[in-house]
Amino acid sequence: MNQTPLVEMINIHKRFGGVHAVKGVNLDLYPGEVVGIVGHNGAGKTVTIKALSGAIPCDEGEIRISGEKVSIRSPRDARKYGIETIYQTLALADNLNAPENLFLGREIMTAYGTLNDRAMENEARKVIDRLNPNFKNITDAVKNMSGGQRQSVAIARAIYFNAKILIMDEPTAALGPQETAMVAKLIKQLKSEGIGIFLISHDLHDVFDLSDRVAVIKNGRLIGTRRTCEVTKEDVLGMIIMGKLPETA
Amino acid sequence: MPDLMQQTPVEEQALSRCLKQAEIDTRMLAMVIALIAIWVTLNFLTDGIFFTARNMYNLAVQSSVVGIMATGMVLVIVCRQIDLSVGSVLGFTGMVIAFLQVHVFSLGAAWNWPLTILCGLVLGGIIGLWQGWWIAYRGVPSFVTTLAGLLMFRGAAYLVTDGRTVAPMDKTYQILGGGLDGSIGARWSWIFAIAVIAWMLIHCMVSRRSCIKYGFKVKPMWIQILLLAIGAALVCGFVMLMNAYHKPRTEISRGIPVPVLIMICVVVAMNLLTKITRFGRYVFAIGGNPEAAELSGIHVKKITAFVFMVMGILCAVAAVITTARLNAGANSMGTLAELNVIAAAVIGGTSLAGGQGTIIGAILGAVIMQSLDSGMVLLGISSAMRQVVIGTVLILAVWFDVVYNRNRP
Ligand SMILES: Nc1ncnc2c1ncn2[C@@H]1O[C@H](COP(=O)(O)OP(=O)(O)OP(=O)(O)O)[C@@H](O)[C@H]1O
Ligand SMILES: [Mg+2]
Repeated sequence: MNQTPLVEMINIHKRFGGVHAVKGVNLDLYPGEVVGIVGHNGAGKTVTIKALSGAIPCDEGEIRISGEKVSIRSPRDARKYGIETIYQTLALADNLNAPENLFLGREIMTAYGTLNDRAMENEARKVIDRLNPNFKNITDAVKNMSGGQRQSVAIARAIYFNAKILIMDEPTAALGPQETAMVAKLIKQLKSEGIGIFLISHDLHDVFDLSDRVAVIKNGRLIGTRRTCEVTKEDVLGMIIMGKLPETA
Repeated sequence: MPDLMQQTPVEEQALSRCLKQAEIDTRMLAMVIALIAIWVTLNFLTDGIFFTARNMYNLAVQSSVVGIMATGMVLVIVCRQIDLSVGSVLGFTGMVIAFLQVHVFSLGAAWNWPLTILCGLVLGGIIGLWQGWWIAYRGVPSFVTTLAGLLMFRGAAYLVTDGRTVAPMDKTYQILGGGLDGSIGARWSWIFAIAVIAWMLIHCMVSRRSCIKYGFKVKPMWIQILLLAIGAALVCGFVMLMNAYHKPRTEISRGIPVPVLIMICVVVAMNLLTKITRFGRYVFAIGGNPEAAELSGIHVKKITAFVFMVMGILCAVAAVITTARLNAGANSMGTLAELNVIAAAVIGGTSLAGGQGTIIGAILGAVIMQSLDSGMVLLGISSAMRQVVIGTVLILAVWFDVVYNRNRP
């Protein structure tokens, strides 16, 4: 590929007091590509992508979007560059309903400058129907929803606003088989639209199924990034557990 | 057979289904029932004095001071903060208003009282913003900041005149207190009632139409009409009651007191603020999950500081009514008001866990608190004993909130 990468994260560092959570990670992402990020619990996957989503600005390192150096200090900055994130914790306000969460921070307003709840509900219904046709009670408070329904809301929020770059931190952890298949289908579709996706998952099967490349993080360090078609699951497991790079043929 | 199987549970849930269709909150309903129970009991205990026009008029005026501040406290508690300084801020802004009106600006000038009110509102806003700044941008917990504010502004209220009471206030200004001339008379009260009922009708029709436009469910017609009828009956009943209270030694009806009108304006404004503006939506989002609000790009700090500013302005509004009613500025004004205000908000369904609360609920809560208080006065219960009771009610209200949240489906 000789196009400019959509995202380049170069030598990212993050410390929490004495804990050096991310130690010089390099990642890149091309348009229409899915990069899987795998690693043990506490490896630093979430902290790494939060540097890109603006949730936890990094201490050191450089981020480039479409070749241009940018400074992402807050989620507002990230949204400006077309970066949308599905957080592992979902980041939903429990007391609000699905449309309110979906449009939080980017409400549809009426001509008089007031909230247009009806229009938001209408739009929310459309996008959620596409993800999870069995999900009807979208005007209930999110706290009264099932884990999978909540996850659907978080996914709907990330895809509604025409993101260029999508970060999915374990997007299918709470989903049933049918809904997981829907998300897989969705990822393929978004990919064909030229969107770049970082997919964090513990399910190697999904990662191999969906991603073009896989990056392995262990103890805050990037072990390596490989094309999924060139490695086996055993190779990747070896990287995750032993931090050992597979012999290149 | 299948029909029968379905029938039983449906009938069992008939009541709750009816409520749901009418979109009535069960908690709100419980509050209304509690209020009615308190009123009936107090009326019985006081041999019918409680329901006299005179008592209800005074109750309405007293409730409006607490109610106005309680609407602000709803926002504060919804975004997971607390404001303990409201009583002192009322006292301080009230003293400044009185001092400016009587000693600084020329008393009697037509511009005097509007200008003093404006100064008071600005001062309240600045105080609120200042406290909000410490809380949001400097990370001092609101409990500490406003506890300090409780002390500081009570002291400041004393310092304005070294403890002397300032009196008398401007004649026109006194109308705002709901005293002898502080009501709008029978005719305007009825005009007001008609306007309110007309507004309810229009609002109901507009919202039905927009529901239908977007293909959403609408309430069944009969429920809609029933609710409208209840609303209209309440409005007319209130106006009749207020008109039944006459000016001393005359047959002239007092009508709706001005403080109640001010409270209604505040309620409408605060309701709109919470329901149809971004600001209101963000306040609730912050209360539900501050981290999610931040990740959604909301300026959490700014919103928090603004919430305290709104609270400060409402304290100043309450201060205007209080000084106008007293016809003086005294540095003890608003002492312990924070308890009544917080209790009103909590009794009115504002959850201390954050993210939940309604403006209307807070007003109901204020009326409940004030009913208890003035009922006890009528019964000749000492102020010491009243404090014990009010404190107990506060604990019970919060306990109810805890239990209610635990048992929620
Ligand atoms: N806000 C924080 N404050 C302090 N330490 C943190 C914080 N967030 C993460 N860490 C630490 O950083 C390290 C990496 O955490 P991270 O959440 O990135 O793991 P992860 O790879 O996403 O794991 P998992 O698969 O369990 O989600 C952990 O050791 C964790 O303790
Ligand atoms: Mg993680």
